[in-house]
Amino acid sequence: MAAPGAAATDLEVVRGKRAALFFAAVAIVLGLPLWWKTTETYRAPLPYSEISGLNALQLRLMVPVTVVFTRESVPSDDQEKLPFTVVHEREIPLKYKMKIKCRFQKAYRRALDHEEEALSLGSMQEAETMLAEPQEQAEGSLTVYVIPEHSSLLPQDMMSYIGPERTAVVRGIMHREAFNIVGRRVIQVAQAMSLTEDVLAAALADHLPEDKWSSDKRRPLKSSLGYEITFSLLNPDPKSHDVHWDIEGAVRRYVQPFLSALSAAGNFSVDSQILYYAVLGVNPRFDPASSSYYLAAHSLPHVINPVESRLGSSAASLYPVLNFLLYVPELAHSPLYIQDKDGAPVATNAFHSPRWGGIMVYNVDPKAYNASKLPVRVEVDMEQVMEVFLAQLRLLFGIAQPQLPVKCLFPGPKSEGLTTWELDRLLWARSVENLATATTTLTSLAQLLGKISNIVIKDDVASEVYRAVAAVQKAAEELASGHLASAFTASQEAVTSSERAFFDPSLLHLLYFPDDQKFAIYIPLFLPMAVPILLSLVKIFLETRKSWKKPEKID
Amino acid sequence: MAAALPLVLLVLLLLGPVGRGHAEPPRDSLREELVITPLPSGDVAATFQFRTRWDSELQREEGTDHNFLRYAVLPREVVCTENLTPWKKLLPCSSKAGLSVLLKADRLFHTSYHSQAVHIRPVCRNARCTSVSWELRQTLSVVFDAFVTGQGKKDWSLFRMFSRTLTEPCPLASESRVYVDITGYNQDNETLEVTPPPTTTYQDVILGARKTYAVYDLLDTAVINNSRNLNLQLKWKSPPESEAPPVPFLHAQRYVSGYGLQNGKLNTLLYNTHPHRAFPVLLLDTVPWHLRLYVHTLTITSKGKDNKPSYVHYQPAQDRLQPHLLEMLIQLPANSATKVSIQFERALLKWTEYTPDPNHGFYVSPSVISALVPSTVAAKPVDWEESPLFKSLYPVSDSSSYFVRLYTEPLLVNLPTPDFSMPYNVICLTCTVVAVCYGSFYNLLTRTFHIEEPSTGGLAKRLANLIRRARGVPPL
Repeated sequence: MAAPGAAATDLEVVRGKRAALFFAAVAIVLGLPLWWKTTETYRAPLPYSEISGLNALQLRLMVPVTVVFTRESVPSDDQEKLPFTVVHEREIPLKYKMKIKCRFQKAYRRALDHEEEALSLGSMQEAETMLAEPQEQAEGSLTVYVIPEHSSLLPQDMMSYIGPERTAVVRGIMHREAFNIVGRRVIQVAQAMSLTEDVLAAALADHLPEDKWSSDKRRPLKSSLGYEITFSLLNPDPKSHDVHWDIEGAVRRYVQPFLSALSAAGNFSVDSQILYYAVLGVNPRFDPASSSYYLAAHSLPHVINPVESRLGSSAASLYPVLNFLLYVPELAHSPLYIQDKDGAPVATNAFHSPRWGGIMVYNVDPKAYNASKLPVRVEVDMEQVMEVFLAQLRLLFGIAQPQLPVKCLFPGPKSEGLTTWELDRLLWARSVENLATATTTLTSLAQLLGKISNIVIKDDVASEVYRAVAAVQKAAEELASGHLASAFTASQEAVTSSERAFFDPSLLHLLYFPDDQKFAIYIPLFLPMAVPILLSLVKIFLETRKSWKKPEKID
Repeated sequence: MAAALPLVLLVLLLLGPVGRGHAEPPRDSLREELVITPLPSGDVAATFQFRTRWDSELQREEGTDHNFLRYAVLPREVVCTENLTPWKKLLPCSSKAGLSVLLKADRLFHTSYHSQAVHIRPVCRNARCTSVSWELRQTLSVVFDAFVTGQGKKDWSLFRMFSRTLTEPCPLASESRVYVDITGYNQDNETLEVTPPPTTTYQDVILGARKTYAVYDLLDTAVINNSRNLNLQLKWKSPPESEAPPVPFLHAQRYVSGYGLQNGKLNTLLYNTHPHRAFPVLLLDTVPWHLRLYVHTLTITSKGKDNKPSYVHYQPAQDRLQPHLLEMLIQLPANSATKVSIQFERALLKWTEYTPDPNHGFYVSPSVISALVPSTVAAKPVDWEESPLFKSLYPVSDSSSYFVRLYTEPLLVNLPTPDFSMPYNVICLTCTVVAVCYGSFYNLLTRTFHIEEPSTGGLAKRLANLIRRARGVPPL
């Protein structure tokens, strides 16, 4: 009776053990992964390694320079060696994680017949018009013509000439080392016309450490897809001044040509307004010597804020707004002059604030007051005003005055106020800035997503990230192969995609759903399930160890 | 005391044929005026109007494409100075000169009624309407409770109302006037005195009643130059009897009825108090999609009888895309109250669509009632450019009626709101239930069961045997 009973009990015990093991196995093999899978936040895969690779990206900016030698410009045995290509590469020393290298690829060739003909003409203008006709030059490229040493195309004391288009002229030399000497001159000219350290430093001003390029460096407007330009006429004293300005005509005549030349860099919209009773934030000081009022240089920063609240144009636009204010001072405070740091009046009577816009003070002709009673009708001389505003607009876009090499002739830009190579230079700078911005955005996004594991990454966010990374790489490649226009487009796309990914609202959803709360919810399930399983596992483990020890003792 | 009524900020972009002014309006003109209406109760209503007009390059096209017409309502907006500041920025003289000096936020928002509006519309420049000007009209109406704030006195002055006085006209304004309603108070009568005495008065028919206004023209140098500022004052010489103010011919009311959180009913009451004239009104209702309207339950009753609307336009809602639009033309019989009611069902929103305070309820926009109300006094047709601005608030179509647009009160409807901690509770509860089931199941499967040998007996058995022995019965 006892033996079969004990055997049956043993059988039961073994079955119980198996059941417990089976439970543990199911819970671990099936339950845990199932729970993990169903409660997981959806995170589309992101190219993390590629994003971190972007930081170490080597930017190689290639400027294709075509150097055309006319007859008699270099010794004839040197002429025989043409055509060939010389590469001049140089690292731009910036404290920036991206290594930027500037590479001038000089393709030397002999002049074609029509070029010879053009360069043998009497004046530079004629030569230029004739050279410009046959082919359109690609963005970012340069053509340098080497003319005979004693050519009369340039004044005798001038060594080189920089044109408003993408062409330049340097004098050749009859010398043993002709190619080297000419090559150095060409590089000088090419650097003046395209990339310089200053341009790139200004473009990367936001990404560089403060100490090196301090804030007194003129920071150009941030790169954007579009810009809004607002011209405002401030008339604080409508009782004394009845001010009229022909802003529509002035914009058509002066601003539109400049903006259409600049249209490759973004979309522009222009509007204007007249504000009455809008005063500057600073009370002008009276200067008894000249019986005029002045605004000191140190008080200029306080001028803008009170006016800004009345402008109200930034509310309606996604793009950065540039404000140009024409201020007609009150009768009680006129004439009003702006003083520079040394206390001398500024000739233009205007100042600008980087990334914000410019202000010009327009004094009413004092003779007007004698003739008639108040209010005096004032017609604004728009040419004088627009001259200042256009110069400020150039500065705000970071188009600085070119630094010319010595003995160089530069006739200045054409009527639209912008040379073609200045635009190219802006595009170079903007492309590099866009790349830097996109890289920073992508890096911070990757960091953020890596740090907070609760954020859902949707497929469309991931695809924007992929697109941005691809666009950055494409832009870098295009820059390296010297295709400026497509590089700029790609860099814009990179910025747009990266920002769209970064600011996607879906990233915010689960940000505040911490882990401890999640586990607090699951405790009622986990605790009662885990305790018996663990206890029985421990028991089984102890028993098996005991049963292993027993046979050893017998032995 | 009535709470400040919600601000109705309306931007009306009417692209219809408007403005019958045949005279060529001047370029970039500004007209401003302030109408002050003392009420017998001691309240004072002040209405500012600023009209800016400028020429535009826009060429008016033939007809209006109704696909581009939009109507949108924000049923409730908490009014504060933030609403006034951008509004003031649109005024050419900002708040530095002219009537806008009086626009001081802390006074304007301490009123029992506040209504602020911006209207922008194109105005024909010539009879054939080949070119248009744009008109920007800004209005602000406030009602001051002078009786309560003035320690029981009903007298008022500009300074007491706005804590400012008028000092100079806006140099840009072509017209800058203050009108004070002195209707019914004869000048030599003893009831009321306005200082300084007005130079001129203006008489007209407004809202079907004859009115007299004292006019102060700020551009007239005599008005301000006497004392460098103009502080209009009004004194009641003999206090007026507090008679009930006359009831307007058309007024309306709106409410929700029903109980529970499933069904409800929207009711609009339209009153025509005209003793013998019936007139049609156009009722426009937009109802958010989360109230599902049952259009077949639309009932309109006047004087206990069914009133069939002569025109009904209904555009059903689409969930999360567009609200219901219900528009109908109803004839209101003379001296009657008409009840328009429609039933609705409350929809359940998605979890994230609820507002942060869902138990407060959801606002339903007011209905808009437009009507040509018959007038008791015949008004003569006027030239729009010459007459005061407030006159065109109630345009007269012909001599016998005037146009009125009324907005009823916005409604607050409770929607069924879930318990927002529910998902957590459900998870916790489910987990517990699963754990309990699992526990017993686990026990059943892993425990070993064996038959217990019958023991010699416990305490109970011994006790029982003791009793049995005492009774002489064999033990167990």
